[in-house]
Amino acid sequence: MTAVIFFFAAAFALGGALGVVLSRNPVHSALWLVVTLLAVAVFFIQQQAPLLAAVQIIVYAGAIVVLFLFVIMLLGVDREESLREPIPFQRPAALALGAIVLAEVLFLAGHQWATGKTADSLHNIKGGATDLGGNVERVARSLFTDFLWPFEITAALLVIAVVGSVLLARRSGQPAQASIEPPSESTVQ
Amino acid sequence: MTITSTYYLVVAAGIFTIGAVGLLVRRNVIVMFMCVELMLNAANLTFVAFARALNDVRGQALVFFTLVVAAAEVAVGLGIIVAIFRRRRGATADDLDLLKDKAA
Repeated sequence: MTAVIFFFAAAFALGGALGVVLSRNPVHSALWLVVTLLAVAVFFIQQQAPLLAAVQIIVYAGAIVVLFLFVIMLLGVDREESLREPIPFQRPAALALGAIVLAEVLFLAGHQWATGKTADSLHNIKGGATDLGGNVERVARSLFTDFLWPFEITAALLVIAVVGSVLLARRSGQPAQASIEPPSESTVQ
Repeated sequence: MTITSTYYLVVAAGIFTIGAVGLLVRRNVIVMFMCVELMLNAANLTFVAFARALNDVRGQALVFFTLVVAAAEVAVGLGIIVAIFRRRRGATADDLDLLKDKAA
Protein backbone atom coordinates (compact mmCIF):
# COMPACT_ATOMS: atom_id res chain seq x y z
CA MET A 1 0.00 0.00 0.00
CA THR A 2 2.78 2.41 0.94
CA ALA A 3 4.56 1.50 -2.26
CA VAL A 4 1.46 2.12 -4.36
CA ILE A 5 0.95 5.56 -2.80
CA PHE A 6 4.62 6.32 -3.24
CA PHE A 7 4.70 5.49 -6.92
CA PHE A 8 1.46 7.40 -7.57
CA ALA A 9 2.84 10.46 -5.79
CA ALA A 10 6.18 10.11 -7.57
CA ALA A 11 4.44 10.02 -10.93
CA PHE A 12 2.45 13.12 -10.02
CA ALA A 13 5.50 14.94 -8.66
CA LEU A 14 7.67 14.29 -11.71
CA GLY A 15 4.79 14.80 -14.15
CA GLY A 16 3.91 18.10 -12.50
CA ALA A 17 7.52 19.22 -12.63
CA LEU A 18 7.66 18.38 -16.34
CA GLY A 19 4.39 20.25 -16.82
CA VAL A 20 5.86 23.37 -15.22
CA VAL A 21 8.76 23.33 -17.64
CA LEU A 22 6.89 22.28 -20.78
CA SER A 23 3.74 24.43 -20.54
CA ARG A 24 3.77 27.34 -22.94
CA ASN A 25 1.29 29.29 -20.80
CA PRO A 26 2.55 30.54 -17.40
CA VAL A 27 -0.89 29.96 -15.82
CA HIS A 28 -0.69 26.29 -16.74
CA SER A 29 2.82 26.17 -15.31
CA ALA A 30 1.52 27.53 -12.01
CA LEU A 31 -1.22 24.89 -11.91
CA TRP A 32 1.26 22.10 -12.66
CA LEU A 33 3.40 23.48 -9.84
CA VAL A 34 0.46 22.90 -7.48
CA VAL A 35 0.37 19.24 -8.56
CA THR A 36 4.03 18.81 -7.70
CA LEU A 37 3.65 20.62 -4.38
CA LEU A 38 0.74 18.40 -3.33
CA ALA A 39 2.67 15.26 -4.31
CA VAL A 40 5.62 16.43 -2.21
CA ALA A 41 3.18 16.99 0.67
CA VAL A 42 2.13 13.34 0.29
CA PHE A 43 5.80 12.36 0.53
CA PHE A 44 6.09 14.40 3.72
CA ILE A 45 3.17 12.53 5.26
CA GLN A 46 4.74 9.23 4.28
CA GLN A 47 8.00 10.32 5.88
CA GLN A 48 6.27 11.07 9.18
CA ALA A 49 6.38 14.81 8.80
CA PRO A 50 2.67 15.73 8.95
CA LEU A 51 3.37 19.24 10.22
CA LEU A 52 5.56 19.99 7.23
CA ALA A 53 2.93 18.56 4.90
CA ALA A 54 0.37 20.99 6.30
CA VAL A 55 2.80 23.89 6.13
CA GLN A 56 3.73 22.91 2.59
CA ILE A 57 0.12 23.07 1.45
CA ILE A 58 -0.69 26.28 3.33
CA VAL A 59 2.43 28.25 2.46
CA TYR A 60 3.28 26.91 -0.99
CA ALA A 61 -0.06 26.09 -2.54
CA GLY A 62 -1.94 28.66 -0.50
CA ALA A 63 0.36 31.66 -0.56
CA ILE A 64 3.19 31.34 -3.04
CA VAL A 65 1.26 29.91 -6.00
CA VAL A 66 -1.56 32.39 -5.42
CA LEU A 67 1.06 35.16 -5.47
CA PHE A 68 2.37 33.80 -8.77
CA LEU A 69 -1.12 33.76 -10.27
CA PHE A 70 -1.78 37.27 -8.96
CA VAL A 71 1.30 38.62 -10.69
CA ILE A 72 0.56 36.72 -13.91
CA MET A 73 -2.91 38.20 -14.03
CA LEU A 74 -1.82 41.71 -12.99
CA LEU A 75 0.86 41.86 -15.65
CA GLY A 76 -1.04 40.02 -18.35
CA VAL A 77 1.98 37.94 -19.24
CA ASP A 78 -0.06 34.85 -19.94
CA ARG A 79 0.81 35.02 -23.62
CA GLU A 80 2.38 32.03 -25.22
CA GLU A 81 6.13 32.06 -25.34
CA SER A 82 7.75 32.07 -28.74
CA LEU A 83 9.73 29.03 -29.71
CA ARG A 84 12.57 31.07 -31.13
CA GLU A 85 15.93 30.23 -29.60
CA PRO A 86 17.93 33.42 -29.08
CA ILE A 87 21.12 31.58 -28.25
CA PRO A 88 21.98 28.73 -30.63
CA PHE A 89 22.14 25.27 -29.06
CA GLN A 90 20.74 26.57 -25.77
CA ARG A 91 18.26 23.71 -25.34
CA PRO A 92 20.60 20.83 -26.21
CA ALA A 93 23.27 22.35 -23.96
CA ALA A 94 20.74 22.73 -21.15
CA LEU A 95 19.60 19.12 -21.54
CA ALA A 96 23.20 17.89 -21.51
CA LEU A 97 23.95 19.88 -18.37
CA GLY A 98 20.74 18.54 -16.82
CA ALA A 99 21.80 14.97 -17.55
CA ILE A 100 25.14 15.65 -15.88
CA VAL A 101 23.41 17.15 -12.82
CA LEU A 102 21.05 14.19 -12.56
CA ALA A 103 23.94 11.73 -12.77
CA GLU A 104 25.84 13.65 -10.10
CA VAL A 105 22.92 13.86 -7.68
CA LEU A 106 22.00 10.21 -8.12
CA PHE A 107 25.64 9.27 -7.61
CA LEU A 108 25.74 11.30 -4.40
CA ALA A 109 22.45 9.82 -3.18
CA GLY A 110 23.71 6.29 -3.46
CA HIS A 111 27.26 6.58 -2.27
CA GLN A 112 28.76 6.24 1.07
CA TRP A 113 31.54 8.81 0.86
CA ALA A 114 29.05 11.61 0.29
CA THR A 115 26.45 10.85 2.92
CA GLY A 116 28.61 9.05 5.46
CA LYS A 117 26.59 5.91 4.98
CA THR A 118 24.27 4.71 2.29
CA ALA A 119 20.79 5.95 2.97
CA ASP A 120 19.40 2.45 3.32
CA SER A 121 21.88 1.42 6.00
CA LEU A 122 20.89 4.41 8.10
CA HIS A 123 17.73 2.63 9.11
CA ASN A 124 19.77 0.60 11.56
CA ILE A 125 20.88 3.62 13.57
CA LYS A 126 19.26 3.90 16.99
CA GLY A 127 16.74 1.21 16.29
CA GLY A 128 16.10 2.47 12.80
CA ALA A 129 13.70 4.98 11.39
CA THR A 130 11.31 4.74 14.24
CA ASP A 131 8.23 6.81 14.67
CA LEU A 132 9.07 10.49 14.83
CA GLY A 133 6.08 10.62 17.12
CA GLY A 134 4.80 13.80 18.67
CA ASN A 135 5.99 15.42 15.50
CA VAL A 136 4.86 18.96 16.25
CA GLU A 137 6.38 18.95 19.71
CA ARG A 138 9.70 17.57 18.49
CA VAL A 139 9.96 20.00 15.60
CA ALA A 140 9.01 22.91 17.86
CA ARG A 141 11.54 21.88 20.49
CA SER A 142 14.25 21.71 17.86
CA LEU A 143 13.19 25.00 16.31
CA PHE A 144 13.15 26.91 19.60
CA THR A 145 16.28 25.41 21.13
CA ASP A 146 18.80 24.29 18.49
CA PHE A 147 17.71 26.79 15.88
CA LEU A 148 16.54 29.70 18.03
CA TRP A 149 19.04 32.21 16.67
CA PRO A 150 18.46 31.30 12.98
CA PHE A 151 14.74 31.42 13.71
CA GLU A 152 15.03 35.01 14.95
CA ILE A 153 17.10 35.93 11.91
CA THR A 154 14.44 34.57 9.55
CA ALA A 155 11.96 36.89 11.26
CA ALA A 156 14.22 39.80 10.32
CA LEU A 157 14.56 38.36 6.81
CA LEU A 158 10.80 38.30 6.35
CA VAL A 159 10.43 41.90 7.54
CA ILE A 160 13.18 42.99 5.15
CA ALA A 161 11.50 41.11 2.29
CA VAL A 162 8.12 42.71 2.96
CA VAL A 163 9.62 46.21 3.17
CA GLY A 164 11.63 45.58 0.01
CA SER A 165 8.68 44.31 -2.01
CA VAL A 166 6.49 47.22 -0.93
CA LEU A 167 9.26 49.62 -1.92
CA LEU A 168 9.71 47.91 -5.30
CA ALA A 169 6.01 47.84 -6.04
CA ARG A 170 5.63 51.54 -5.32
CA ARG A 171 5.69 53.86 -8.28
CA SER A 172 8.77 56.03 -7.90
CA GLY A 173 8.13 59.72 -7.34
CA GLN A 174 4.67 59.10 -5.96
CA PRO A 175 3.54 58.56 -2.43
CA ALA A 176 2.87 54.97 -1.56
CA GLN A 177 -0.44 53.84 -2.94
CA ALA A 178 -2.19 50.57 -2.50
CA SER A 179 0.64 48.09 -2.72
CA ILE A 180 0.51 45.53 -5.48
CA GLU A 181 2.10 42.85 -3.32
CA PRO A 182 -0.45 41.22 -1.08
CA PRO A 183 1.22 40.65 2.30
CA SER A 184 -0.14 37.12 2.41
CA GLU A 185 3.12 35.22 2.71
CA SER A 186 4.28 37.32 5.64
CA THR A 187 1.12 36.72 7.63
CA VAL A 188 1.16 33.00 6.89
CA GLN A 189 4.68 32.68 8.18
CA MET B 1 8.15 -3.99 -1.23
CA THR B 2 9.43 -1.45 1.24
CA ILE B 3 10.08 2.11 0.21
CA THR B 4 13.46 3.14 1.56
CA SER B 5 14.95 6.59 1.74
CA THR B 6 16.80 6.05 -1.51
CA TYR B 7 13.51 6.09 -3.42
CA TYR B 8 12.72 9.53 -2.04
CA LEU B 9 16.21 10.76 -2.81
CA VAL B 10 15.89 9.59 -6.41
CA VAL B 11 12.55 11.39 -6.82
CA ALA B 12 14.07 14.53 -5.27
CA ALA B 13 16.99 14.28 -7.69
CA GLY B 14 14.53 14.06 -10.58
CA ILE B 15 12.54 17.11 -9.45
CA PHE B 16 15.74 19.08 -8.89
CA THR B 17 17.06 18.24 -12.35
CA ILE B 18 13.80 19.14 -14.07
CA GLY B 19 13.82 22.46 -12.22
CA ALA B 20 17.43 23.16 -13.16
CA VAL B 21 16.87 22.34 -16.84
CA GLY B 22 13.70 24.44 -16.84
CA LEU B 23 15.62 27.38 -15.40
CA LEU B 24 18.12 27.09 -18.25
CA VAL B 25 15.60 26.54 -21.02
CA ARG B 26 12.68 28.86 -20.26
CA ARG B 27 12.88 32.59 -20.82
CA ASN B 28 9.68 33.72 -19.14
CA VAL B 29 10.85 35.19 -15.84
CA ILE B 30 7.84 33.95 -13.87
CA VAL B 31 8.25 30.37 -15.09
CA MET B 32 11.94 30.56 -14.21
CA PHE B 33 10.87 31.49 -10.69
CA MET B 34 8.60 28.44 -10.55
CA CYS B 35 11.56 26.28 -11.55
CA VAL B 36 13.51 27.70 -8.61
CA GLU B 37 10.59 26.70 -6.38
CA LEU B 38 10.80 23.16 -7.80
CA MET B 39 14.48 22.97 -6.90
CA LEU B 40 13.80 24.23 -3.36
CA ASN B 41 11.09 21.60 -3.01
CA ALA B 42 13.49 18.87 -4.07
CA ALA B 43 15.93 20.08 -1.40
CA ASN B 44 13.11 19.99 1.19
CA LEU B 45 12.25 16.44 0.20
CA THR B 46 15.88 15.43 0.67
CA PHE B 47 15.96 17.05 4.10
CA VAL B 48 12.86 15.18 5.21
CA ALA B 49 14.10 11.87 3.79
CA PHE B 50 17.34 12.15 5.75
CA ALA B 51 15.49 13.33 8.85
CA ARG B 52 13.58 10.06 8.77
CA ALA B 53 16.58 7.92 7.91
CA LEU B 54 18.73 9.42 10.67
CA ASN B 55 15.81 9.68 13.10
CA ASP B 56 16.79 13.29 13.64
CA VAL B 57 14.03 15.87 13.64
CA ARG B 58 16.45 18.73 12.98
CA GLY B 59 16.19 17.92 9.29
CA GLN B 60 12.51 18.81 9.48
CA ALA B 61 13.27 22.02 11.36
CA LEU B 62 15.64 23.06 8.56
CA VAL B 63 12.82 22.74 6.04
CA PHE B 64 11.13 25.64 7.80
CA PHE B 65 14.05 27.89 6.99
CA THR B 66 13.95 26.82 3.35
CA LEU B 67 10.25 27.69 3.30
CA VAL B 68 10.91 31.13 4.79
CA VAL B 69 13.66 31.84 2.29
CA ALA B 70 11.40 30.68 -0.56
CA ALA B 71 8.59 32.97 0.60
CA ALA B 72 10.91 35.96 0.95
CA GLU B 73 12.48 35.23 -2.42
CA VAL B 74 9.10 35.08 -4.14
CA ALA B 75 7.94 38.31 -2.51
CA VAL B 76 11.03 40.28 -3.52
CA GLY B 77 11.42 38.58 -6.90
CA LEU B 78 7.86 39.18 -7.96
CA GLY B 79 8.21 42.78 -6.74
CA ILE B 80 11.19 43.19 -9.06
CA ILE B 81 9.26 41.55 -11.93
CA VAL B 82 6.32 43.92 -11.40
CA ALA B 83 8.69 46.89 -11.39
CA ILE B 84 10.36 45.71 -14.61
CA PHE B 85 7.12 44.97 -16.42
CA ARG B 86 5.79 48.41 -15.59
CA ARG B 87 8.59 49.93 -17.68
CA ARG B 88 8.73 47.48 -20.58
CA ARG B 89 5.88 45.14 -21.31
CA GLY B 90 6.45 41.56 -22.30
CA ALA B 91 10.10 41.43 -21.38
CA THR B 92 11.72 38.01 -21.22
CA ALA B 93 14.90 37.30 -19.31
CA ASP B 94 16.96 37.81 -22.48
CA ASP B 95 15.60 41.33 -22.97
CA LEU B 96 16.91 42.50 -19.60
CA ASP B 97 20.40 43.36 -20.76
CA LEU B 98 20.77 46.90 -19.45
CA LEU B 99 24.17 46.10 -17.99
CA LYS B 100 25.47 44.53 -21.20
CA ASP B 101 28.16 46.28 -23.21
CA LYS B 102 26.29 46.88 -26.47
CA ALA B 103 29.42 47.90 -28.36
CA ALA B 104 31.09 44.56 -27.85
